[in-house]
Amino acid sequence: MRRLSTLSREDKLLIQGLPAFVVLVLAAWVIWRLTADLGDVEARLLTWSNILELTWQHLQIVLICTVLVLALAVPCGVLLTRSRAAFLSPLVTGIANAGQAAPVIGVIVLLALVLGFGLWTAVLALTLYAFLPVLANTVAGLRGVDRGTVEAARGMGMSPTQVLMRVELPVAMPVIMAGARTALVLLVGAAAFATFIDAGGLGLLVQTGIIMFRYSILVSGAILVALLALLVEWAGRVMELLLRPRGLV
Amino acid sequence: MNQTATTEQAGTGAQLELVDVVKQYAGQKAPAVGGLSLTVEPGETVMFVGPSGCGKTTSLKMINRLIEPDSGRILIDGEDITAHDPTRLRRSIGYVIQGGGLLPHMTVADNVGLVPGLLHWERDRTAERVDELLDMVGLDPHVYRDRFPKELSGGQQQRVGVARGLAADPPIVLMDEPFGAVDPITRQRLQDELMSIQEELRKTIVCVTHDIDEAIKLGDRILILQEGAHIAQYDAPETILASPADDFVADFIGSGSKLKQLTLQRVGELGLSHPQTCRVGEPVAEVVPRVEAAGERSVVVLDERDRPREWLFLRTLAQHRTVPAPGHALQTVVDHRSTLSDALDAMLVSSHGGAMVTGARDRYLGVISYDTVTAHIQGLQKEAL
Repeated sequence: MRRLSTLSREDKLLIQGLPAFVVLVLAAWVIWRLTADLGDVEARLLTWSNILELTWQHLQIVLICTVLVLALAVPCGVLLTRSRAAFLSPLVTGIANAGQAAPVIGVIVLLALVLGFGLWTAVLALTLYAFLPVLANTVAGLRGVDRGTVEAARGMGMSPTQVLMRVELPVAMPVIMAGARTALVLLVGAAAFATFIDAGGLGLLVQTGIIMFRYSILVSGAILVALLALLVEWAGRVMELLLRPRGLV
Repeated sequence: MNQTATTEQAGTGAQLELVDVVKQYAGQKAPAVGGLSLTVEPGETVMFVGPSGCGKTTSLKMINRLIEPDSGRILIDGEDITAHDPTRLRRSIGYVIQGGGLLPHMTVADNVGLVPGLLHWERDRTAERVDELLDMVGLDPHVYRDRFPKELSGGQQQRVGVARGLAADPPIVLMDEPFGAVDPITRQRLQDELMSIQEELRKTIVCVTHDIDEAIKLGDRILILQEGAHIAQYDAPETILASPADDFVADFIGSGSKLKQLTLQRVGELGLSHPQTCRVGEPVAEVVPRVEAAGERSVVVLDERDRPREWLFLRTLAQHRTVPAPGHALQTVVDHRSTLSDALDAMLVSSHGGAMVTGARDRYLGVISYDTVTAHIQGLQKEAL
């Protein structure tokens, strides 16, 4: 990977070190699972198939939310930086701020009371929660594009759409991607609450562990969620690296 | 860039006419441009100069409608363009801005090929054109084609900016302080290159600058603007220097306008002297007697392609067996199209009281001496008396 050489030492360490750390901790947990003398409840909850199933559910929630957040927040950010729609800015940023400031557990439960339990209610609540970082970074990234560059592009005869798609968005891409990565990591953590409204995910292990006073289940759930978050963070960084237009530092 | 060339060669430029163009910004009492009317002939280079805030940049940007005029008409070859689609219009007008204004995420080739791409040229044709233009602005296409703007120096970025402005062969090219962001030596070189490009292409060029010397050097005509883009004088540089229309113009071109004539006179128009020359690799034992026989103490060193490489004193040369190839770049070389004021600049760093003059492809033509230039200045002063 030629792009790797352009990174700072910290970034290089993170890109190469994170997966190693995740593998190490996961291996330790697997060894514990294979050798520990588990009780009846633990053995039933911590079967390999059950763990895989819960992890998959967790990932599903995160992926659906990420796609939704990107599909909604980036266009919103683009809209807010167009001079004609600038008046909408306080309203949208207000909603986005409120979405992130409100405790996610509260939003999930309240929405569930109104809309009913299940996956899609969880998705709605989490999408609101992760909306702000992508929106804020899209706006900041687009505002950060040099005015002279934009004017040069217009002066060459690019239409407004071409200026946006071929100049503004590519140049703002690194900043937007950083927001998307933040959103992803927030989502992995917050998706653990989905289990409260019957939407599955690794949160189920944590919740069951607390209710039944089985610490091995609780800790297993916590470790797996943390590892997933780290892995997603890593994937985000790799994506950032691959999607960054060449020519930008 | 004298006007006779226009008649000799059918230029590719178009006529540009502004008729009573007005622009008033919201919240300002006086209009930024209050009724500007002027005509630029095909193939002519017109320089817009004036104090900052005089409306020269606003006037320029109204021509490609980056700024929409409030009223008035702008005609290209007699056709009113204020009703055209601005995006299409801009593709037919070259635009060069300070610092190059290159798109940072695109390669040099993509930047130069931008407008041909927007006009849906075929890929091969665009690639060919890009190489041709890079060559024209003095950048080796094989070396620079795939580089990104941040990998270029300021002067190189500016060259790419000029190439991009010319890419789709537009009849009119607008330049907004094109050489404002580079150092004086690079600026002089870029100006010389632009002049030789223009000699060949005869575009209609409108160029904004705050530098009166640049205006005198590059312009066929100079438009001096006062606040509100009111025309103080619109004339050939010689006329403006010889008879400024009023005190404002006189103040603006500054005192010593006789000295500014140096910016009008080209090195090639003065007599060159021809001191002894030698080749890199020639035995010193043969060179020294020849030079001494001519009664000279120094010799010009040429390489195998007739390019001047160094100007050596015999006592320096005597330390070698054969004429050495120097490594460092020369400062004391001027192009035959350079102005006398550029030549004087170059002489300041020369220890020989002169500068070597080159012609096409950097071939050696001769030497211009300080004495020749001072004699010329004295002649000018006598003329004035």
